[in-house]
Formats: sequence, structure tokens, C-alpha cells
Amino acid sequence: MSETILKIENLVKHFPTGKGKRGEKEVVKAVDGISFELKAGETIGLVGESGCGKTTAGRTILKLVEPTSGKIIFEDKDITDYSSSKMRAIRAQMQIIFQDPYSALNPRQTIGKIISAPFEIQGITPQEGTKVAVQNLMARVGLNPEHYNRYPHEFSGGQRQRIGIARAIALKPRFIVADEPVSALDVSIQAQVINLLEDLQEEEKISMVFIAHDLSVVQHISDRVAVMYLGKMMEIAATADLYAKPRHPYTTALLSAVPLPDPRSERTRERIILTGDLPSPINPPSGCVFNTRCWKAQDKCRTEVPQLVQLGASQVACHFPEN
Amino acid sequence: MTELLRIEDLHVSFKTDDGIVRAVDGVSLTLNAGETVAIVGESGSGKTVTSLSVMGLHKKGQAEISGSISLSDHGTFKDVVHLSDDEIRDIRGRAVSMIFQDPMSSLHPYYKIGNQLAEAYLVHNRGKKKEAMARALEMLDLVGIPEPAKRAQEFPHQFSGGMRQRVMIAMALMNSPQILIADEPTTALDVTVQAQILALLSKLKKEFNMGILLITHDLGVVAQVADRVNVMYAGRIVEEGAVDDIFYSPLAPYTLGLLKSVPRVSKNNERLKAIPGQPPSLINLPVGCPFAPRCEYKQHSSEAGCNTTRPALLGTSSTHRSRCHVPENLRHELFAAELKEVQG
Repeated sequence: MSETILKIENLVKHFPTGKGKRGEKEVVKAVDGISFELKAGETIGLVGESGCGKTTAGRTILKLVEPTSGKIIFEDKDITDYSSSKMRAIRAQMQIIFQDPYSALNPRQTIGKIISAPFEIQGITPQEGTKVAVQNLMARVGLNPEHYNRYPHEFSGGQRQRIGIARAIALKPRFIVADEPVSALDVSIQAQVINLLEDLQEEEKISMVFIAHDLSVVQHISDRVAVMYLGKMMEIAATADLYAKPRHPYTTALLSAVPLPDPRSERTRERIILTGDLPSPINPPSGCVFNTRCWKAQDKCRTEVPQLVQLGASQVACHFPEN
Repeated sequence: MTELLRIEDLHVSFKTDDGIVRAVDGVSLTLNAGETVAIVGESGSGKTVTSLSVMGLHKKGQAEISGSISLSDHGTFKDVVHLSDDEIRDIRGRAVSMIFQDPMSSLHPYYKIGNQLAEAYLVHNRGKKKEAMARALEMLDLVGIPEPAKRAQEFPHQFSGGMRQRVMIAMALMNSPQILIADEPTTALDVTVQAQILALLSKLKKEFNMGILLITHDLGVVAQVADRVNVMYAGRIVEEGAVDDIFYSPLAPYTLGLLKSVPRVSKNNERLKAIPGQPPSLINLPVGCPFAPRCEYKQHSSEAGCNTTRPALLGTSSTHRSRCHVPENLRHELFAAELKEVQG
């Protein structure tokens, strides 16, 4: 594929939580050293359970929260230390679509106003005039342009998500973070929105970080998939490779837990059921963070942190990878 | 098979300023001991309203309920629709229990877990405090909470989401009900935890020969745990059948649409086959088949009744029935071909 549009190097985001029991400072290690690259027009799926840091990763990449350390290189510019005013200039190039279409739209603004906000903020007047541009965008995402003066409550969940998408693509960004864009939607509507995202992405060659917990959705939309656990990257691989031949035990367990819409194979399927819950990101386990729930864990896993290394076509952080 | 629950022609409607919302519009279904029956549908299809009626949780005066819900109270059948509040309270928890979607908001944040569980027992066994606490510990152990005696002294915030859902299940089982209603029990949980909870529910069902009424929108969950399935759309059951019937030979266009629109792990980058349009408003349902505006098979119906009459729930098989004006043999043919395409 073509040029690299985004490069994340050892990105860390720790949130301070005040004082711990013995008075020392504690931090939530939401994102703890992740690295990956994104090519132009590529979609990378970011998966993991709640609390694994995928949303924080997405927001830190966009500098909606300031990274603790590491580097964010967007279109060959190191934007890690950009001030917010300096960020504003390149915000047009990087956008976000939020999970909850109910709370992501201001209930007191009309759809026209919401979708034209990016133009206003960036001080851009489209050639054809803002109203026409907004109406074109509405038509693009499958909304009726005549609904320009309606308010968010007059739309269904799927339509609101379309509004969010129209707003995100208004300035023709090169890169979008889609944070669980379809998880609040019903299945039949979810499929409509996924199709829309794929079409837009193809037409505009937008690169995307697609954050989701639904592994079937991620598989459908992503070129590559990155699996996170407790702020760390466990495995990154091309979608087909990851689903056919997961290397990390955690990936294997995640895939095994997904219920398939196929009763016959469900009856015969051997499931790996992980015991326990996600450990606290304040006090992550030593060594490999997954060792407390891993059925392959040995002494080495409890003491030594595995690095993300190339293994065949995949990158894996595990001392004892599968296959 | 012992029948535990029989819902017949249930109608539930709510008066609102905009008009009457017919949330449930003539639903009939049965649940037997030792089986899991799923109600599947999208938001607003009436699945939760149906389950709340079984628990007698609709406020009188707000909801207009008709039909009958005949429920086994350990052998004696009672019609929930016509019971007084006191009578319902007597069977709630004892004959039928419910677990909800959100385990975070279903537990009281100020009370210790053990006390909350014991309370559920004390409602039906007044004064037996010691027994209640013993039962609480027994149930916590049963649902797989390690160190029950210690955890019973803790508060909900000290439990993770999956553990809280286990607590909810333990609470539902305090009085050994025969019927368990699980309303989206794993929707708020991560997949790995979801797998744990579904395995737990299956285990309990077998162990106590309970009947589970599972409300969900997730077809994967249905495929994994259900024996029989009712698919709801706009307040009515549009198809009912054994789980294999529903997944491998669906007869309602809506069921087929749902099956086609799920992204499948085994199937890659083809376009998803979404159902066009949106579910109708329950205040102003179309005159004909409520699914007609979104249906691709309308043209195959000879009388063109789709836009004028509601189809009845019919089937050549007594266990597999659906609502559609298109002749059943024609649907078999059309749908099988389409399904093959997505299921591979």
C-alpha cells in the first residue's frame, strides 16, 4: 500500500487518580506504550474489552487528551507537542465519530447548524455556499436534505449516527477515528451504517481507526486488526490472518467467545472460557499483563514483559505464541 | 414436558400525548421446563414490554393490558393479568424471577451484597434471617463467586460488571423459581464475560430444570443458548420456531433480513445486506403488514394484501409459523437461495 499517514510510537497515557492507600501517587495506565502505523486509505480495527484503553488510545491520537509520552506523527509532522491553536489548523484533517449518537449532538441546534459547525470553526466558506454544502453532505450520508432545519430528537438512532458521520466528513479529512460507531444501533440499522462508512471511505480514501468490541463488525470493516489488553498491544495482524490464525492466546480467547449466528456450529464448538475479570489498570499484573487469565502462563510470563515482535505475518507480544 | 408459562393474545398499550402506543399487539407463546425460549427483536419491537407483563411490572392505569398470562406457581396456574398487586408480589421471585440488562443499576449501592440477597429471601420467608443469609452464601457459591462469605460483606462497587451480573442471577434464584426471565443479560458485558454468564445460565437451567425466557437482540447469543425462538417486529411475533428452523429455514422476510444483515466472522469483505428503512412508529402502524414498507418480497404476494391486511401467524408445520402473505412454498424456495449466499 501507499504512504504512511499516521505513525504512533510508544504512546502512553496515564491518568492520575489522586493518592493511593499508602499516600503514594497512583496512576491508571489506560494506554501503556502502543505503537502502530496507518497507511493512506487503510482501516485498522482496534479491539479489546472495556477498560483496555482503546477509546483513550483513539482520543490521545487525536490529541483530545494530551499524551503522557510517546510520539504521534501525522503526515510526517510530529504533532505530539502541538498547542491547541496549532492543532486547530490540522483538525480539519483528523476527525472523530462517537459511539452514542444521542449524546454526541447538541439537542438545541438544528441539523444544518450541527453539520456546518466544522466550516464555521475552521472559517471556511464552501464555494457553493454553506447551506448547499451541508445539504449535499446530508444527501451523501443518506439523509433527506429537506430536513436541514430539524432537531436531533426528530431523528432515529441510525439517522443521528449519519448526522455524526456527515459532520465528520464535512472538511474532507484524511483520517477518522470511529469510536464504536455502530454499537448503539440495532442490527438492521448497523448494517446500513457500516455500508455507508465503507462507501465513503472508498470514495474519499480516508484512513480510519475503527474502535469496536464487536469482533464480527471489526472483521468486516478492517484491513488490519490490533488487539489491546490493559493498555498494551497484544497482537497486530492483517484481518484474514488474525481471524484464521490468531497468535496471541488472548486473541484466541476473544475469538472463541464470540457467539456465532449459527446454532449447529455453536453446539459443537469448543469454547475457551477465560476465568476472572480484567485486572485493575492501576495495578496491572507484572510481566505479561494477561498472565493472570492465560492458560499458557508460566514463570517467565509473570516476570518478563513480552515485546511486540514480528512472527510470520503478525506482530505478537507473547512468550509462548500459538502455532 | 411440563409447561410453565403460556401467554395468549397479549396486548399491551400505553396512552401518550401523541396517541396510543401499541407496544405488544397479540403475542402468544409458551415456555416449558428445561428449555430456553428466546424473544428476538430490535429496540421498540415489544420484547421487554412482554417480559415486564409476565412479571406484572406494568403500572395499572398507565398500561392497558388484555389477554392472558398463565404462569405456573410450582404447579398451580395463575393468570398474571388478573391478579391483584399482593397476589403478584407473592409469586414474583418465588415462581418467576427476572434479571436485567444493566447489573450496575440493578443493585443498591448502599447495601452489602449479602443483605440484598437475603432481602429477596425474607420477602417470602419472614423472620428467617439466619436461613436467608445461609441461602445467600449458597447462591453466591452456586453462581461462581469465589469466597462467598467474604464477598457477601462487600458493596456493589467492589464487584466487576460480570460479577454483578452473577450476583443478580444469585438474587433471582434465592427462592428457587421455575421461570427465569433474562432481559438482555449479557448486553452490557464484554464477550469473554458474556461467554461465562451464558455458560452459567445453561448450567443452572439443566441443574434446576428451569424454563428461561431470554430477551435479546443478539442473534449469536440466541444461536448459542436458545431451544425455540420468537422473532418480534412492531409488537407482534412475526415468526416462531425451533432454533434451527429460524436460522436455517426462516420464513418471515424480517427474520431473513436480520440474518442477512449480521456481519459474519467467517465471511469477509462483501457488502452487508442491510434491511432498508426503519422500524415503523407504534402509534401509526401501516394498515397492512407492518414490515411491508421495508420488505423486498412484496411483489411475490399474489393478492397484494401486503399493503391492506395484516398477515396471520400461520404455518404448514405446527411448530414453525410465520406471518407473511407470500405463499409459504415460494418463500421456502426464495429464502433458501438467499441464505445460502450469506451462510456459504
